[in-house]
Amino acid sequence: MIAMAPVFCIIVPLAAAFASVVRPLPRPLVGLAILVVLGLTGMTVAEVWQQGAHRIPVGGWQAPLGIALVVDGLSGALLATTALVMTAVLLAALPEFADRDRETRKGWAFWPLAFLVWAALNAAFLSGDLFNIYVSLEFLTLATLALVSLEETAEALEAAMRYALFALFGSLAYLLGVVLLYAAHGTLDIALLSQADLQGTNSIVAAALITTGLAAKTALFPFHAWLPPAHAGAPAPASAMLSGLVPKAPFFVLIRFWFDVAPDLPGEAALQFIGTLGAAAIVYGSVLAMRQTQLKRLVAYSTVAQLGYLFLIFPLAGGDGLSQVWSAGAWTGATFHAVSHALAKAAMFLAAGLVVHAAGHDRVSAMNGLTQSMPMTAFAFGLASVTIMGLPPSGGFVAKYLLLTAAFSSGQFIWAAVIVAGGVLAAGYVFRPLSRTFFHGHVQTVAVPRRQQAVPLTLAALALLLGIVSSAPYAFLQTGRPIAAEEGLE
Amino acid sequence: MTPFLPALILGSALVPGIITFFLPEERVRLRNALNLGGALVKLGLVVFLVAEVNRGRIYETSFDLVPGLPMVLRLDALGLLFVTLSTVLWLLTTVYAIGYFGRRRNLSRFFGFFSLCVFSTTGIAFSGTLVTLFFFYELLTLATWPLVVHWGDAASIRAGRRYLVYTMSGSAVLLFAIVWLESTVGPVEFTVPAEMAAMQDWTARGILVLLVAGLGVKAALVGLHRWLPAAMVAPAPVSALLHAVAVVKAGAFGIVRIVYDVYGIELVHELSMTLPLALAASATILFGSLMALGQRQLKPLLAYSTVSQVSYILLGAALFSPYATIGGLVHLVHQGLMKITLFFCAGVFDERAGIHDIDELDGIGARMPWTSVAFTIGALGMIGLPPIAGFVSKWYLGLGGVGAGHEWVVAVLAASSLLNCAYFLPVLTRIWFRAPGPHAAAAKREVPAALVVPPAITAAAALAAGLFAAFAYSPLGWATLIVGREYTP
Amino acid sequence: MSGVDTGTIFALTGAVLIGIGVYGLLVRGHMLRRLIAFNVMSSGIFLMFGATGARGPAAAPDPVPQALIITGLVVALAATALVVALLLRYAQITGRAALSEDMPGEDDPA
Repeated sequence: MIAMAPVFCIIVPLAAAFASVVRPLPRPLVGLAILVVLGLTGMTVAEVWQQGAHRIPVGGWQAPLGIALVVDGLSGALLATTALVMTAVLLAALPEFADRDRETRKGWAFWPLAFLVWAALNAAFLSGDLFNIYVSLEFLTLATLALVSLEETAEALEAAMRYALFALFGSLAYLLGVVLLYAAHGTLDIALLSQADLQGTNSIVAAALITTGLAAKTALFPFHAWLPPAHAGAPAPASAMLSGLVPKAPFFVLIRFWFDVAPDLPGEAALQFIGTLGAAAIVYGSVLAMRQTQLKRLVAYSTVAQLGYLFLIFPLAGGDGLSQVWSAGAWTGATFHAVSHALAKAAMFLAAGLVVHAAGHDRVSAMNGLTQSMPMTAFAFGLASVTIMGLPPSGGFVAKYLLLTAAFSSGQFIWAAVIVAGGVLAAGYVFRPLSRTFFHGHVQTVAVPRRQQAVPLTLAALALLLGIVSSAPYAFLQTGRPIAAEEGLE
Repeated sequence: MTPFLPALILGSALVPGIITFFLPEERVRLRNALNLGGALVKLGLVVFLVAEVNRGRIYETSFDLVPGLPMVLRLDALGLLFVTLSTVLWLLTTVYAIGYFGRRRNLSRFFGFFSLCVFSTTGIAFSGTLVTLFFFYELLTLATWPLVVHWGDAASIRAGRRYLVYTMSGSAVLLFAIVWLESTVGPVEFTVPAEMAAMQDWTARGILVLLVAGLGVKAALVGLHRWLPAAMVAPAPVSALLHAVAVVKAGAFGIVRIVYDVYGIELVHELSMTLPLALAASATILFGSLMALGQRQLKPLLAYSTVSQVSYILLGAALFSPYATIGGLVHLVHQGLMKITLFFCAGVFDERAGIHDIDELDGIGARMPWTSVAFTIGALGMIGLPPIAGFVSKWYLGLGGVGAGHEWVVAVLAASSLLNCAYFLPVLTRIWFRAPGPHAAAAKREVPAALVVPPAITAAAALAAGLFAAFAYSPLGWATLIVGREYTP
Repeated sequence: MSGVDTGTIFALTGAVLIGIGVYGLLVRGHMLRRLIAFNVMSSGIFLMFGATGARGPAAAPDPVPQALIITGLVVALAATALVVALLLRYAQITGRAALSEDMPGEDDPA
């Protein structure tokens, strides 16, 4: 049973999704489903902790025909992050899509879609072959598209369709790359492909297509335009999953591909190019975040900027760098960032959702006087901001420090400058809403119970805790890391 | 018990702070009890430690955040000097703040962040590695900002923004320099001399300049100082403890650590960086005093005076002479005592007589004698009049300047003292020798005691630090011990 | 057929379809046309995928691509259906079938 826990991490949320299509689940059943998936995730993580990375054949077939799930430190960490964030999101959604609302389309549709997102994320993190990854990502795209259009306004529908264009184009580019790989090597299993010698034009074209497709889905600059309207237009709990978790799935696949499947393929120029796009995302996303007048837009543009950091993993740890001592730090730094950003950004969106609800509008001025009327939410937003800025003590700081060290050790000062500047720029956009929380007199007219305010606060505190108790997550992330450079920083 | 001492001392500030955040506004007595209790516990622990460290013991606890990122808490004589100062002043400022705020709103938030600031300052003093220092240094930035914008009006928010622009840029530069340094020479612990030889001279100079520039923002070096006068919109206890003591001293303390425990004063001298540092400090000393001369309001005058006085510490650190080092270190304490007295008094003048401008002080001496006497002691100390503490600092700095072969330092000190006279004496004249103006006439009585006793105590301490400078446990005695034990150039 | 086997023809046809699809996706404004372009493109990819299964005239084709293509078709159909539903609702609300040209949020500090 314990060995099969990862399989059930996909099946149980999927079953919950189908069940809630048939009939809206009553609250206790939603709670039970959450608890079961949390437990299964916990078992999976414990198994990785004890046994290291391993494969789970599903249905008894072996590769290349059968389906295998792969669990290692990174997938375990993302699984756990997903479980924590989804739990918070669903708890936060309970009052928003309350029982009486289940009769409405919005209240009815949210639950199956949310569980579907959970199942698809887990499937993407666990899949051992490139085609199953494709299917998982498609499920994810379809579910998130529907979530974006939940509000059913012209803006939301337009945002959803723009998202669809980018995401479907990305899927096809990815699929074409996969087809080329299959044509050349006759397998799509990640482990088998990593033994095959990926070289030559065919592989480079395939890699370029896969990378382009996944970058479009991760909203890497210049494919970012769909993200802010889509993430800002959804209801807050949906935004929290969309911004915190969903982009991490295609990014995870990118890591799988570049570090597991084809570690020797990328040339220096390609790595630097991806890094440049990441740097551009950091600067561009931050500057636009500073200029937003709507709260959720501001938070969404911050996601564009924060996702940029993830792509610095390629120039800092990829290619020839993979065998270098600093690679462990860079690799773990970027993946650490993925985890802490997920927690902090979900906290920020949930907090923003409560503020917008309480103030009745979405402008940044909704934050006015928040420390007096909703101190817990103000605090949650502030704590999440600390992680977003990458200041100590937070998971964001540890991530940034690891990336910085790698940048200096590898002599790539320019990325160090970008990382440091990104922190200042982030301060530029988070302190705009934060300053307003100290204004005298508040504008929030609807009372929000403390129980509801506790959800984002807990998530933000977790992101902070990651920066204080970081050595265990650090070690865990390293489990089964491609090409041992575990000597790393020691 | 002993390995946990640093953690225990940190906890004595952190725990009350965190509990305070969650206290409802009405629980005034519990809140006061918590904060005063925390301050008292901390004071007790620190007194115990002073005796222990004096006997040569050093406490250390450490754990790794991630491999290669060790957090080390270490108690040495220098750190303890800073901790003792902040602990004593924390207690007094808490008393003062309780008196100052009375029944105003948002106090749970205020005291929560206030405790966090003290926690961060203590952490900075205890830091055993550069990264630990940065960790607490940034926490201090984050915890101070809510106090700067506490009143929540447009002016506070503006000041808060300026504070952030300066400190965030400074910390970015600092982080850049720290990681650059550590990726070259490995993790830097203050006890173990780093392998500086691994670096080229120009790299070492470049990193040193970045480090000093990053820390120089909080230390309010000229050009990086503009946040400090702006931050004077904050409530008086904040100006008193944080801007006179915690924040600016954190910057100065950081620079002392860099010069003595990271590079080593000899290396800084060999890189010929001592002179540029001393010149930057001197320029700041003169600049601050000149700017103070032009102020019409009391708090900005005191703020510019802080700009000037904090650089005495840097001047002492930069001169290659043990006397100068003693002078700089002892000024860390002396300036703290004198400046907090002045800010406490400014707060009392504001609260009880509505005085902001200097010309509103006319004749207040007769109406508010206690506050006025305390203010006068602080001001005369700043000028350097014996036997008040400021004189001792200046005397040692002057000796150090001559010892290091930079006789011009004496000229700088003399010029600065003259400027001190020029901006403080008119204030004192107005307080004591003018006929009472409208504000003095309308001034209320000097109550509550919580507002008036703290400045009286700090003024007395400033006087005592000068009078009894020869005692082993005086600030001067302690600074001499530090220099004798660790620095002997 | 001299020299060109069926697999190659399939693959080349697939490549042409992908080209047409990409062109349509980028150039067309009407969402329905873009959606059709997406389908043309995915058909091209499936055709290519099928071609990779060819093992010469004598041997039976590799079954794996066929199984995967079926899955892919289902996914593409589901995506198409969803976007058509979104478009329908959008057209009902706004009376338009093309997305507005300017990217929202790019330049609206207002």
